Amino acid sequence: MKIVVCVKQTFDTEARITLKDGKINKEGVNLIINPYDEVAVEEALQIKEKGGGEVIVVTAGPDKAMDAIRQALAMGADKGVLIDADPDADEYARAVILAKVIADLKPDLILAGHVAADDGSSQVPTRLAEILNLPHVNVVRKLELSGNTATCTREADGGTEIVEVTLPAVITCQVGMNEPRYPSMKGIMQAKKKPVDKVAAAAVESKAKVIEYFLPPAKAAGKKLEGDPKEMAAALASWLKTEAKVI
Amino acid sequence: MAKGTWVFVDQRDGKIRKVTFELLSKAAQFGDEVAAVVMGKGVEGLAAELGKYGADKVYVVDDDKFAVYNTGAYTAQFAAMVQQYQPATILFGHTAMGKDLAARLAQKLGVGLATDCTNVEVDGGKLVFVRPVYAGKAFAKVVVEGPPVMATIRANIFDVTEANKSPEVVKVAASISDADVYQKVKEFIATVSARPELTEANYVVSGGRGCRGPEGFKLIEELADVFGAAVGASRAAVDAGWIPHEFQVGQTGKVVNPVLYVAAGISGAIQHVAGMSSSKNIVAINKDPEAPIFAVADFGVVGDLFQVIPALIAELKK
Repeated sequence: MKIVVCVKQTFDTEARITLKDGKINKEGVNLIINPYDEVAVEEALQIKEKGGGEVIVVTAGPDKAMDAIRQALAMGADKGVLIDADPDADEYARAVILAKVIADLKPDLILAGHVAADDGSSQVPTRLAEILNLPHVNVVRKLELSGNTATCTREADGGTEIVEVTLPAVITCQVGMNEPRYPSMKGIMQAKKKPVDKVAAAAVESKAKVIEYFLPPAKAAGKKLEGDPKEMAAALASWLKTEAKVI
Repeated sequence: MAKGTWVFVDQRDGKIRKVTFELLSKAAQFGDEVAAVVMGKGVEGLAAELGKYGADKVYVVDDDKFAVYNTGAYTAQFAAMVQQYQPATILFGHTAMGKDLAARLAQKLGVGLATDCTNVEVDGGKLVFVRPVYAGKAFAKVVVEGPPVMATIRANIFDVTEANKSPEVVKVAASISDADVYQKVKEFIATVSARPELTEANYVVSGGRGCRGPEGFKLIEELADVFGAAVGASRAAVDAGWIPHEFQVGQTGKVVNPVLYVAAGISGAIQHVAGMSSSKNIVAINKDPEAPIFAVADFGVVGDLFQVIPALIAELKK
């Protein structure tokens, strides 16, 4: 089975966010593989380990994004493709750019995290499926493959859904689907020799534009009590009634 | 010329999610005709409820093909209706259904989409969408090219206001084929709970590592029930297996926006705070006076939740 995993490089979730020249300041920020995409890579590797095949990691981003590809290769992916794309491209543009590359790869299955930790958009993989005219299932916690059928257990509002699609399809992964493996020393060494193609991005205009970034106002310090639990509980109950007015 | 604001009706088995009413209420402020779009089976009767919250018009697609949400059928039908009726703006709740449909539809229509928006500003006749990035550590103002201009809006942000309109009902025939359907929805397993759903709840009581185990969560539940609250959890509690993932609040869980959020035995890691920082009032109960949660709390109690929560329950029941 040929599996393509879409991977994005994002800020470390611990990163402090500051603005520089009105834009998000990227200086000195630790970059990681999007945690949701890491789950997708792990899922692809487990599928390959069960039934054979090839795992190709595709990333659209600047040169630094190569680190995300190398990490996926170190986990066990076979090949990578780095698409040199404008980091400010919107979801529409990114989906078109990814689709052009992925269509040529002709995968049986496309996996991606259901959301990126930086933009929180939840759009690109779904858009990708539409462009490639493939079925998709989003926010999947369990994926079972049988022949050409993918049975997905997905998070829906107020419950869980079991959805079946025929491959090839785009499946987006939710944290908890698996435990992503740590790359072994051997894996890290092997990753250096695995092939990574660098390609130019197709020229696509964005359809959504960020006109301003701003930071949330700093929060004023709240009350902080120490001492006797009963007294603190009484003070809290009183605050809830008279100041917060929530009861 | 494109005109009118459409709001997609997020419903299952005829029960409309609250975010739909929030969007109808907000859409009325844009100064354009507000239309609700409902697809399903046996949904004609929902028009009155939609009018109560501001719909001037309700487009109804009532057909077996839409009885259960599936992306293919809904996207194809919606796209056909957009072509026919040419709305200027379409709003969806940022729910599992809303964000799934909006993204696929936006690509089908070749337009942009702003998702998980926490505000909508009207600036010189144009809509500017405000949305959190980096787990709410920053915000972006986004303009989206349409028509239609499309956005998904976070639940529990906008107030629900009653407008008591008698909407014009437009029945739209199903215009999709079997080839449009590519998902087979085999089963839906509802989460059965008397408590409100996290993303819609006005009160949330969450437990973390300090609960020490599933037993500690019994106290969380007891306190939640005093408020009529939803129960939430930190990632530590979920990873420890004390409570299922669907209760997780945080960057890799749910984002909540209640009037009151109580975090008990939760240290307040950035990833957790990302899921609850917009709560209007935050209470923290933690043994560790240095726990980062106290930096975001409006009211902090440094103490053992096993002592503080029973005392608090007793106080609240007085």
